[in-house]
Amino acid sequence: MQPLFLQGPSVTLRTILLVIFSIVVMVADHRWHALETVRGAIESYVVYPLRYTVNLPSRLVDWGDESLSSHQKLLDDNRKLQEQQLRAQVSLQKLSVLEKENDRLRDMLSAQPKVGELVLVAEILGIDLDPYKQQVILNKGHNKDVYIGQPIIDAWGVMGQVTHLGDFSSTALLISDPSHAIPVQVNRSGLRSTAFGTGNSQQLELRYIPHNADLEIGDVINTSGLGGRFPPNYPVGRIISIDRPTGESFATVLAEPVAHLDRSREVLLVWHKLQVKDVGASQQGDMVVKGEKK
Amino acid sequence: MRSQNCFRIVIPTLIVALLLSMWPLPVWLEYARPEWMVLVIIYWALAMPEQIGVTVAWVVGLLLDVTQGAILGQHAVGLVLVIFIINTQYQRIRVFSLAQQALVVLLLLLIKQVLVLWVSGIVGQAPDIGLYFLPALTGAIIWPWLFIVLRDLRRRFTISRSF
Repeated sequence: MQPLFLQGPSVTLRTILLVIFSIVVMVADHRWHALETVRGAIESYVVYPLRYTVNLPSRLVDWGDESLSSHQKLLDDNRKLQEQQLRAQVSLQKLSVLEKENDRLRDMLSAQPKVGELVLVAEILGIDLDPYKQQVILNKGHNKDVYIGQPIIDAWGVMGQVTHLGDFSSTALLISDPSHAIPVQVNRSGLRSTAFGTGNSQQLELRYIPHNADLEIGDVINTSGLGGRFPPNYPVGRIISIDRPTGESFATVLAEPVAHLDRSREVLLVWHKLQVKDVGASQQGDMVVKGEKK
Repeated sequence: MRSQNCFRIVIPTLIVALLLSMWPLPVWLEYARPEWMVLVIIYWALAMPEQIGVTVAWVVGLLLDVTQGAILGQHAVGLVLVIFIINTQYQRIRVFSLAQQALVVLLLLLIKQVLVLWVSGIVGQAPDIGLYFLPALTGAIIWPWLFIVLRDLRRRFTISRSF
């Protein structure tokens, strides 16, 4: 048996020092965001291999599902996808005409040209995080030029933004997290607002909307592009309830996100505006350019 | 006690605990998931208080913060205080029966959760309180089994003769 206290400071002193140090670290991380590199290093080289391991079974199931599916099922899938592709192609034709017209009108107004956006497909890892936070882990990180604050979308609408970055993975905060807010605009009336997360993945809250605002149930809300973090005109949600309590200065408006926040497996990382230039040329092969770049 | 040997078994158990804390569970079970990392580090602090002290607890807590996407230091400060309590009281806790130990573990887990909740509250992201303390309860229920498994592991690797 060794003596209880060998050398160095006592347990009490060490505890006090560590608690003070923890408080300093918490302030530095939360207030000044000074420790993102430390977090990124731990995430990439200690935690990510474990995350990868945890994700393996679900990948194996996916792989097994793919390789064991029958000939008939593949044929059916193929037919369905081809139909979908045809339908998408038709609507794209109309869209390209509209886009040309829009560009022409913009030229006539000598307005700012529209900028193209780059997107990259990322996969959500099948990992459980803190159930009280609406977060997901993506399998693309610093190695693919992902940046902090980058918007992520799925096939239906805006999902959230990247908050922490590792070399091979990144953490994204969903728009339904209580600490998340996104500037939005009502598609029909042009009314601007901010959509706050509620902690419920089926609900967003639009705050600071006066009682007499032009708003109806079923209205679609898009990103407004204000603040510069999210590209404009991506669908965010649909208004599901409007309550105008007498005596309160603002109406209580709830919206339902159109993105499949708790069901999507694949998401798109979006580069927009100036960040397009920063993306390394080597990565361009993986990415798809959305819209014409001017 | 061979301190150079002790981490040979402590680190693998911590890795398994970390894997368990990220393993996908159905949504209704997610809220009851015990804090595996905390339970395992509590066991090792009881078994080898000289090796597994507050400093190790702080490092493990920081790892927990990164995996959970929490503020760096949030879980670390909770773990440091829990291991501090064990470091001063381990001789008493060791002689308890398994049921009594489970009660002590419940108390320690609650202390840690309250500290984490406080920090969340201070930065304005306090979660809904409804099921928040359920992991402490499931942790205490699992403790006797976890204790037996880890004790047998430790004996196989003959890390320390006491406890």
